[in-house]
Parts: sequence; C-alpha cells; structure tokens
Amino acid sequence: MKTASPFLELENGPRVNVTLDGMALSLPRGANLAAALLAAGVGVFRRTPVSNAPRGPFCMMGACFDCLIEIDGTTRQACMIEVTDGLEIKRPHRDEALA
Amino acid sequence: MTRSDLVVIGAGPAGMAAAAQAAELGLSVIVLDEQPRAGGQIYRDVDRVAPLRGDMLGADYTHGATLTAGLQHGAITHVNGAVVWAIEDQFRISYTVNGRGAQIDADRLLLATGALERPMPLPGWTLPGVMTAGAGQILLKQSGVLARNAVLVGSGPLLYLIAAQMVRAGTPPKAMIETQSRSDIAGTARHLGGALRGWRYLVKGLKMLASITRVGVPRHTGATDIAIEGTDKAQAVTFKRNGRSHRIACDTVFLHHGVVPNTQAARSLNIAHTWDAAQRCFIPQLDSWGQSDKSGVFIAGDGAGIGGARAAEFAGTIAALQIAFEAQRLTREDRDRRAAAPRAKLAHELAVRPFLDAAYPPYAQALLPHDATIICRCEEITAGDIRSYAGLGCIGPNQTKAFGRAGMGPCQGRYCGLGVTAILVDATGQTPDETGYYRIRPPLKPVTLGELAGMDISAPDAAE
Ligand SMILES: Cc1cc2nc3c(=O)[nH]c(=O)nc-3n(C[C@H](O)[C@H](O)[C@H](O)COP(=O)(O)OP(=O)(O)OC[C@H]3O[C@@H](n4cnc5c(N)ncnc54)[C@H](O)[C@@H]3O)c2cc1C
Ligand code: FES
Repeated sequence: MKTASPFLELENGPRVNVTLDGMALSLPRGANLAAALLAAGVGVFRRTPVSNAPRGPFCMMGACFDCLIEIDGTTRQACMIEVTDGLEIKRPHRDEALA
Repeated sequence: MTRSDLVVIGAGPAGMAAAAQAAELGLSVIVLDEQPRAGGQIYRDVDRVAPLRGDMLGADYTHGATLTAGLQHGAITHVNGAVVWAIEDQFRISYTVNGRGAQIDADRLLLATGALERPMPLPGWTLPGVMTAGAGQILLKQSGVLARNAVLVGSGPLLYLIAAQMVRAGTPPKAMIETQSRSDIAGTARHLGGALRGWRYLVKGLKMLASITRVGVPRHTGATDIAIEGTDKAQAVTFKRNGRSHRIACDTVFLHHGVVPNTQAARSLNIAHTWDAAQRCFIPQLDSWGQSDKSGVFIAGDGAGIGGARAAEFAGTIAALQIAFEAQRLTREDRDRRAAAPRAKLAHELAVRPFLDAAYPPYAQALLPHDATIICRCEEITAGDIRSYAGLGCIGPNQTKAFGRAGMGPCQGRYCGLGVTAILVDATGQTPDETGYYRIRPPLKPVTLGELAGMDISAPDAAE
C-alpha cells in the first residue's frame, strides 16, 4: 500500500496519525482528507456496490460521491472532510483485490 | 427559528458580492456554503492559501481576498461547512453542519451555487486516477498536492489555466490532448468582435499557451476516440489524431471540456429552465436582476449561465440591489443608479463568451458516447442502456430513471443528467426542452438519520 504516490505534497505542516482499514498512516493535520490520502499513495477509495469496480476521488468538490469512505460507521465524502487526529477510516465494499 | 432578510447559498464570487452589497444596504444576511472556508470554486480557501501559493495561482486568484473581506460585516453571518439539502416554500432552508441538521428561515433567497464541470464520459473515465481538471486544480490550490505524471484531456480556457498553474508549480503536465480542432477556431470569426472587447482574456490566454509550450508540453489538438486504459487505476490515454493512433502512459488523467450551471437547488424549487444552444446546457429563466419565476428566489453567478468569476461578482451585486429594493431599503432610482456600473462591467465580461463557446466546444464523442461507455457513474448505467430505454419508448430522463436507475444515485444526476438528455434528444429527435431534465427532489445531498436526529430547530426568535 505504500506505493510511491503519483502526487507530490508541497505543504509540510504537522502530521497526525490515522488508520485506513486498520493500517497506520500519518497525514497532515487539517488537510483535505481526499487530498491527503491521494498524496499518501491511496488511489482506490472504495469499490462500487453494483460491479465492485474501484473508485477514487473525481470532482474534489462534493458533487460526484466517488470519494466515499467510512468514518465511525458513517459513509462520508472524503473530499469534504478535514484530517483530524485518530480518524479511523474504512474503505466501503473492500475486497481482497484492493491495492 | 432564526429568520433573516436574505439567505445566500454559496460563498463564491456571486454569493460573497451579493452578501456584502445586501448587508451594506441594511439587510440581515446568512451565507451558507458547504466548503470549510469562503471563496467558491475559483477563490477556494483564498485567505489561507494566497500567502502560501498566491504567486503560483496568479492575481486572478488572489483577487478573491477582496471578496472574502466583504463578508466581514456585522450584518453577515457566514456558516462554513453547511451543506444545504432542502429548501421549502417562503423559505425554510435545511442544512447540515458538523454532522447536525439545522434550519433557518429567510424572506428572500439567492442561489449562488456556481458551476460543475461538464461531465466527460469516455471509456475508462470511472477509473481511479481519472479526475476532472478542476479537481486537479483544487488539489493544487487548496492542498498543495500536485500530480507528477498527469495528462490533461479536453478543451477550454480552464484547461489552459490549470496547465499553466501546473507549469508554475514545477510539475507540468506530461501532455495536453485537446479535442478542439482548426475548424472550431475558424468558425469563431463572427464572434471576434465580442472577443476583442474582452481582449485582456485573449492576451491572457495566449500568454498561458506560451508558458505551456515554452516548457515543452506537447499539445495534441483535434484528438478523437479518446479512451483511458487501466484495470484498477488509469495507466494510459489512447487517442487518434490525423488518422494515427497514439498512447501516452500516465498516472493521472485530468478531464475537462467546459463548465455548466449547477442547477440542483433551483430545480428542486421547480424554477423554469431552458436550453441554451450556445452553452449547450440548461439555464434558469431569470430577469435582468437575477429574479427567477418564483417570487423571492434569485440566482446569480455561473449557476445562472456560465459567465466566469468576475461576471458572477457583478451579477451578485445586481441581484442584491433588487433584493434590497424589494425589501424597501432602496428607492427605485437609487437601485438603478447603483446598478449602472456593475451592469456595464457585466456586459463587458460577457462579451468574450460567444467566442469562447465557439472556439472550445465540448468534445462531441463525450456528448454522445459509445454504447459501452458508462454515463451514470453512480449506478453504472451505460449510454447503450439509455438508448435501449429510448427504444422501449422512454422520451424523457425521468422515464429512463424509472427504467434503469440512471440519476438515482447519490450524485442525483449531477454527472449524468446532461448526458442522458443529449442521448435521448439524439434518439427521439425531440428538442432538449421537450426532452427535459431530471426532476430534483430534496434532499439535495444524502442526509443521515443521525443528522436529522440532532436537528437544531430549537432556537425560536421573537417573531415566532
Ligand atoms: C472545479 C472548478 C474550478 C474552477 N476554477 C476556476 C478558475 O481557476 N478560474 C476561473 O476563472 N474560473 C474557474 N471556474 C469557473 C468558476 O466556477 C466560476 O467562474 C466562478 O467560481 C463562479 O462563481 P460563483 O459564485 O457563481 O460560484 P462558485 O464559485 O462555484 O461558488 C458556489 C459555491 O456554492 C457552494 N454550494 C453549492 N451547492 C451547495 C449546497 N447545496 N449547499 C451549500 N453550498 C453549496 C459551493 O460549495 C461553492 O463554494 C472553476 C469551476 C469549477 C467547477
Ligand atoms: S471527489 Fe467528488 S464528491 Fe468527493
């Protein structure tokens, strides 16, 4: 999962610890969660209920709902959330194939 | 229940300018925006970001700080992170903030909900790694996150702006795959007069293009048959140009072929919309003050038809003047006198639009995609599915929705609505107005039970 990210981060602020499907990740505090996950090398955010197809952020403005992730059992748009310490993030409809 | 003279939905240039003008004329204003900070799409997060990356983003971006400053008025309450999901008559607005539902009442309403990027369905567009170009720009602007190995695909001024910003950020795109052709440019001659009135935009455009080509970014214009390859993520873009096939490997694909009004809130109020042939989208029917066919509901900015950020700002001011006039804070003469300058500036801003619309038309093959291409991202309905529903007798999007769920997912048709209408127009021979658009019903965005349970409707004021 720690593949080299296709994204480069310019800002270099304090980071906090979160988990993604139980794995520890360190993300910039207060950053946009979808942006921070992309920068951390996470490309697939969920799989679709219809065909199990992989999806990741598409619009970054709260309109497409492709960035859905689960936080505390609630499905939310990662691009509309800020990173806070201790977030426990799950990827909906995850299966073994998830990279 | 808190009641204000005016509720503005959207804190982009239109909403911010309107709020400032209305407050100056003595109205109480509440501004709701789902983003964590003011700015809208163009000036996203400008107060925090301008000192960090203002140089990279340019003066057109940092201008936004003059508008966010206008929100610092005692009569304006700006609620950040407020997702509006229902608007009921005369006017009760329901929204969620910090996971809790809330409601407020308003005498008048200004919808300043801006634009969405025109959906660009092509093979592979649902793969992770494929995003809108605006999304790429948001990553850069708001988060300082840059795509190292990206290809830009599509057409339009915003595509060049984003490419130029990527160049300045030190991560130029690997290539530009452009869908406009020489004949599109040739067809713009009759709009050149207007374009020359907006010559500053043309000069800016040429400078952007120069900055992109100077660093050696290849531009492939007149591209067709564009597809994205990959299994679990985007790996390459393939396309044809002058009869030859090309393939460019990449990690990220940014798609863009223009922006269209975000009409969800207006449609939920049953405001009449008509098809705009030049902009190829539906726009709400408004008078010259931005007043809709529903008394008390105004619309300004790109949500009223694409005019760009400065046009949005002037339209916001103009709407606020009429709102203040209706609320008897302003005489008719005063209103007209104050409206003269923003009206002149608005006309000037709009002069360049017909040229831009003609020079950078949407990518034809994404307006009428191949049968196998997914058109509804949420429900994974293909263009062929929609055509087969048309074959079964469906003549409008609400019928195809009932047949095949296209438009029933969480995005509520934001990224398939125009496509479904276009396919049905093509299949039935009806006009876009006859074909129509999805009926939009609240909630505009999904609401959880927890948000409803925590609903804050307790704060009645003296008026109740
Ligand atoms: C992704 C993107 C990037 C763009 N970048 C540029 C650029 O760099 N330069 C440029 O000239 N033009 C850009 N544009 C075009 C640009 O949107 C406009 O010209 C300008 O921002 C329009 O201003 P506006 O006030 O009409 O709307 P916007 O600036 O779009 O503001 C609308 C606001 O409404 C809010 N909103 C919408 N629905 C709801 C709801 N239900 N509840 C709460 N809030 C809501 C949104 O969060 C947003 O902040 C961009 C467009 C998009 C879509
Ligand atoms: S990326 Fe589209 S809603 Fe988050």
